[in-house]
Amino acid sequence: MKIRRDVFQAIADPTRRTILLLLASQTMTAGAIAANFDVARPTVSNHIKILTECELLKQEQLGREIYYQLNPEKMKAVDNFLEPFRKMWDDRFNKLEAVMKSKIHERKKR
Amino acid sequence: MEQKTKINAEEGKQELFIIREFDLPLELLFKAYQEPDLVEQWMGTKVLKLENKKHGSYAFETSRNGKVVFSANGVIHEFIHAKKIIRTFEMDNAEIGVQLEILNFEKLTDQTSKLTMQVIYQSVQHRAIQLKMPFEYGINTAHNHLQEMMSNLK
Repeated sequence: MKIRRDVFQAIADPTRRTILLLLASQTMTAGAIAANFDVARPTVSNHIKILTECELLKQEQLGREIYYQLNPEKMKAVDNFLEPFRKMWDDRFNKLEAVMKSKIHERKKR
Repeated sequence: MEQKTKINAEEGKQELFIIREFDLPLELLFKAYQEPDLVEQWMGTKVLKLENKKHGSYAFETSRNGKVVFSANGVIHEFIHAKKIIRTFEMDNAEIGVQLEILNFEKLTDQTSKLTMQVIYQSVQHRAIQLKMPFEYGINTAHNHLQEMMSNLK
């Protein structure tokens, strides 16, 4: 089964958010993007692929090089998305669950 | 992994629902909202005041290096043990305005419970600002991280 790529998933990753940020003011080749990260080039290529698949990035062939740029229309759709908000509450409630579970254990020990 | 917390925010409405099922008995879930020291632990903020009763009020504050980075307060309209809390919530120095929060606590099984939180904003625009905040925070964090990386390379 092919995993559906959506913008929320794309943006959940900090490296991919950084790539979007890098491309906010300029177009860049995959090589130039990768030069900004410590991780292996194929890892960065994969992030670029995911961003392209969900249409947050557009490719443009100039001579032998492929340049990447933001797709402003898709970015606008992202503007209203819920995922970071959901994640914030999820983290908060996970903490609540963990705190209260530790209370159960404390009680059992007594 | 299945996402445990669900957000239901219909387009064009000034409310949203935050729904979560907990692996905790109802009493314990409610206690997490009732006792100030527990609220402090899971919210990660200092509780200055928490009067859990009808027409009571509350205030939270978080400081980092002596500077207040978060403060919020509200009044409690309804407080029914292990069942319901209705309160206002307002974050100081934020553009979100005041919100009305209706929290419903439900027992699912002896060991599990569910919280449904309805949050009503002043307008559709106020809700949009709220939803954008964690995104911008994420972008800023990524940006700071990038800057750190770049300055390490120098």
